[in-house]
Amino acid sequence: MIGFTYLAAILATLPLVLILAHLVRKGASSLSLAFFTHMPGSVGEPGGGMANAIVGTLMLIGIASIIGLPIGIGAGLYLAEKKGTPLASTVRFLSDVLNGLPSIVMGIFAWEVLVRPVRHFSALAGGVALGAMMIPLVTRTTEEMLLVVPTSLREAALALGYPKWRTSISVVLRTALAGIVTGALVAVARIAGETAPLLFTALGNQFWSTSVREPIAALPLQIFTYAINAYDEWHRQAWAGALVLITIVLIISLAARFATRSRFGAPVD
Amino acid sequence: MTAVAPVARPASAAAANTIGTIEARDFSFWYGKKQALKGISMKVPPRSVTALIGPSGCGKSTFLRSINRLNDLIPGVRHEGDLCLDSNSVYNPSLDVVALRQRVGMVFQRWNPFPKSIYENVAYGPRINGIADEASLDEIVERSLRRTAIWDEVKDRLRTSALGLSGGQQQRVCIARALANQPEVLLLDEPASALDPSSTQRIEELVYELKRELTIIIVTHNLQQAARASEYTAFFFTGELVEFGPTEQIFTSPREERTEAYITGRFG
Repeated sequence: MIGFTYLAAILATLPLVLILAHLVRKGASSLSLAFFTHMPGSVGEPGGGMANAIVGTLMLIGIASIIGLPIGIGAGLYLAEKKGTPLASTVRFLSDVLNGLPSIVMGIFAWEVLVRPVRHFSALAGGVALGAMMIPLVTRTTEEMLLVVPTSLREAALALGYPKWRTSISVVLRTALAGIVTGALVAVARIAGETAPLLFTALGNQFWSTSVREPIAALPLQIFTYAINAYDEWHRQAWAGALVLITIVLIISLAARFATRSRFGAPVD
Repeated sequence: MTAVAPVARPASAAAANTIGTIEARDFSFWYGKKQALKGISMKVPPRSVTALIGPSGCGKSTFLRSINRLNDLIPGVRHEGDLCLDSNSVYNPSLDVVALRQRVGMVFQRWNPFPKSIYENVAYGPRINGIADEASLDEIVERSLRRTAIWDEVKDRLRTSALGLSGGQQQRVCIARALANQPEVLLLDEPASALDPSSTQRIEELVYELKRELTIIIVTHNLQQAARASEYTAFFFTGELVEFGPTEQIFTSPREERTEAYITGRFG
């Protein structure tokens, strides 16, 4: 039995190891400074980069975070403070449903609401779709992190004469901050690689654009476009793009790990 | 004691002698349908140590937490009768709970410093009273830590985490944190029950020192501790106040049979 769990533990990490090895093998050779600074080349022309897609992905993450983080953290705070109320139970349940919603559905919905009425694709629509995906993730991790803050700390602040709202913010939220930051970064890492919600919203763009009202390039979309094409050069670029994307996600994950190392350590009990 | 008084207090000399008087008048308390306190009437004199004793679930902690209204946070609680601090009801609708809690400090069974530095822990209360300048805060922090006899142990590491201290030290920092608000009453909820004997002794000595300046009410499961550290003892049983009187009388010649049975260890 112990032997089986040992094997399972190794198998659990195997996909990541294989994917990383494969990406490095296929993609590393196409990586160069030009890949980060140049625009995509024409068909059949060697070289060229994904500068627009890298910037586009960062912009989409930014828009999504502006929408997803405040709403998610606020909702999580509400759920933790008012855990027994009917509204809290409803919000918690709907959050879980939203969390399980297929991302393509989110994309279609964003298209229906944000793209169709204005008759053109936009970075904003893509960011909103990604932000909406972040909300339930951030809400639930925030709630969980707040609930593990010991009641004794809350009482200590209240007994010192802190008003309730100030206790929530300066003691409970502060103590849980490292955990909430981790949750937020995990959510960012999770949406950074999403492709489906962007297909009908951000659309992708072969040209340089940083306007939120225009279609925008994104790494996952660019990888998708290049990968389903027949040109070897584009295939190589797609591998390199995948390697860059996974590196971005990895950096965010590492930042999340780093953020959890709080200066004063975890609270006792 | 020259105080950086955060809240208005009776100013005259005559009133000063009664500051910190706590009086319960036929006070009852419910958690939902469950009655936790039944018609408690007692008057705790100022600058004294009163021990609340009794078996688990007898209502002594509920009584303690009613004085600074920390029980208000639990949904579905209600009370009848009255609890007064310096002749003013703590349940008076016009009373500011925040100001009340600054006058009534509390220390918990499980030491609960914030995950911050020792200095920040002690300065926490004064900061909310609007004391912002460093010199005043430094002075309050030092004075509070000296009063809990821990200054010499921590003065070189004030900016390090309070969680790095031993349990007994953390508890004394928590007491210093409560004292930094200049309270007139200090509530101690089994402050030494999780500490080793020598730390317990230090806390008891501290209680003895502090009662010269403020009223102390201490909940304890340890009868020896009640006998050693307190001047008055209140024996609670199933939500009733069975007997309240000078500690010596309670322990040597209790009037109630139930008190005697508890003190001699026949139940509880």
